[in-house]
Amino acid sequence: MEFLQQLINGLSLGAIYALIALGYTMVYGVLRFINFAHSEVFMVGAFAGYYLGRRLPGASFGGGLLVLLVAMVVCAVLGVVIEKLAYRPLRGRSTLTVLITAIGVSLLLQNAGQLIFGANPKSFPQLFPQQNFTTAGGLVVSSGQIAVFVVTVVLLFALHYIVMKTRIGTAMRALSFNPTAASLVGINNDLVISFTFALGSSLAAAGGILYAMNYPSIDPLMGTLPGMKAFVAAVLGGIGNIPGAALGGVLLGLIETLVVALGGSTYRDAVAFAVLILILLFRPAGLLGKFQTEKV
Amino acid sequence: MLPRSQSYLIAVLVLAFGASLFSRSYNPYFLDIALTCGINITLAVSLNLINGYTGQFSLGHAGFMALGAYAAALLTTNFGGTLLPLVGGQTWILFPLALYVGGLVAALAGLLVGAPSLRLKGDYLAIVTLGFGEIIRVLLQNIDAVGGPRGLIGIPDYTTLFWAFGLAAITIYTVWALVNSTYGRGFIAVSDDEVAAEAMGINTTRYKIMAFVVGAFFAGLAGGIYAHFKQYIAPQGFGFDKSIEIVVMVILGGMGNNVGVIIAAVLLTVLTEMLRKFGDYRMILYSLLIIVLMITRPQGLFTWTGKRKTT
Repeated sequence: MEFLQQLINGLSLGAIYALIALGYTMVYGVLRFINFAHSEVFMVGAFAGYYLGRRLPGASFGGGLLVLLVAMVVCAVLGVVIEKLAYRPLRGRSTLTVLITAIGVSLLLQNAGQLIFGANPKSFPQLFPQQNFTTAGGLVVSSGQIAVFVVTVVLLFALHYIVMKTRIGTAMRALSFNPTAASLVGINNDLVISFTFALGSSLAAAGGILYAMNYPSIDPLMGTLPGMKAFVAAVLGGIGNIPGAALGGVLLGLIETLVVALGGSTYRDAVAFAVLILILLFRPAGLLGKFQTEKV
Repeated sequence: MLPRSQSYLIAVLVLAFGASLFSRSYNPYFLDIALTCGINITLAVSLNLINGYTGQFSLGHAGFMALGAYAAALLTTNFGGTLLPLVGGQTWILFPLALYVGGLVAALAGLLVGAPSLRLKGDYLAIVTLGFGEIIRVLLQNIDAVGGPRGLIGIPDYTTLFWAFGLAAITIYTVWALVNSTYGRGFIAVSDDEVAAEAMGINTTRYKIMAFVVGAFFAGLAGGIYAHFKQYIAPQGFGFDKSIEIVVMVILGGMGNNVGVIIAAVLLTVLTEMLRKFGDYRMILYSLLIIVLMITRPQGLFTWTGKRKTT
């Protein structure tokens, strides 16, 4: 029973990692670089939820969903702006240049956040009605955890639909397959890249709000660790691979919760990196990724 | 007659020793800044060997620095009582020995991290080294023998201008001599084009590991100097921010340009002090600087010749 309880906790943590990891993986798919600033988009999402949520009269399902949607739109815009201002001028430069810029953007958002939002942790308002459900066997599931599961599953299906069934999704896949060929058949690469950033950033915003709901205090530096762990999740599943990111997120959440349950709570932040080093050593392409030989 | 580079080295060492004799009469605030400059030069130049000359992006330099700092500080603080009589009570013998051990510990860690992860390229390596830095921090926080999150206190005050700038001079000399040797050609070949270097029969992994270990060694030494300068070290002081600070010095100066990196290290140290009154805006300026620099001058502020590849 204790094990099942940890399983539920691990799954809800893993679902949040999965949402963030999807943003990393999609951007990597189209641009082949790690968007370090993604974890800060996650933070901004949580803060958007905080400021919007405080204006709600009380916790309700409709209000909570509204906050979630507006925060996702805010972050989608932020993601597009970041791409346009910081990454687009660097298109075609070496990966390291873009990587360093991404670190710069990440630092900028963190420090701007400290200035604008204040450095002190803030307690997150209640968006959805709070209630704990106890099952027959004594398992406790909070309404926050249920919200995490429901929102994540809905968003994953929506994402699957967008990527596999729509024209823009097809264009995204074409771009990640071969950018030059994609533009030759008339795909507007810049538009598709902007769209990818919008999509990934809105998922990060959802992740940010869900995270804040379950770990009720937020601050401008909150994004760093979940962001890095989500990146590990993306690598674990195979970076550039969308189902892989979801799988990696859930697995990582489970592993982390398991380590904490076994008494290693002070080491919980090191676990993800140990997983990362192991996966890079033994299966660098990730669990679901295909190994590609490098052409010269 | 010594080669010119070696006479420069000796000249700097003598100068630093001479300057340190009068350290009591300097303004302590300026002395503080000067010592920080020396430490930062060592850190930046040693990272330049990895990031600049060899083209491997490491984000874990603060981790190596932390290992060196803790190892050296433990030796002089906790075991100083037993070790000091062995060297005749002379701190000028004990201190370099402790520094050296700290450097070796960092170098060993560099080997352990580098050997598996240097097979990875670019951004993966950045993440692994970043993760390594975090692991070091978490481990130090969890080991009670080194003070855990409280850190180590009561470290003896051994660092003088001589040690800080002497080490900086040795680091610059070593990196310079290494880069201008056969090994150095290997480093530069790896950074210019890894595939081509491999095709020419260069064992790229070996060269990368070597650069990594040497860089880590000097970062460890710098950590030891830092510990005996601040007399207090805590795991939080060696976080991601510190690594980024060193990386920015290297980028600002121009990767693979030692002179530029030294200027940048001094400039940023002084600038940090001068910007202190702006408090919160300091880091915003810092991050904007990185972004603008990468878009407009990716070769660094102090690189004018177009000879070397800039990334």
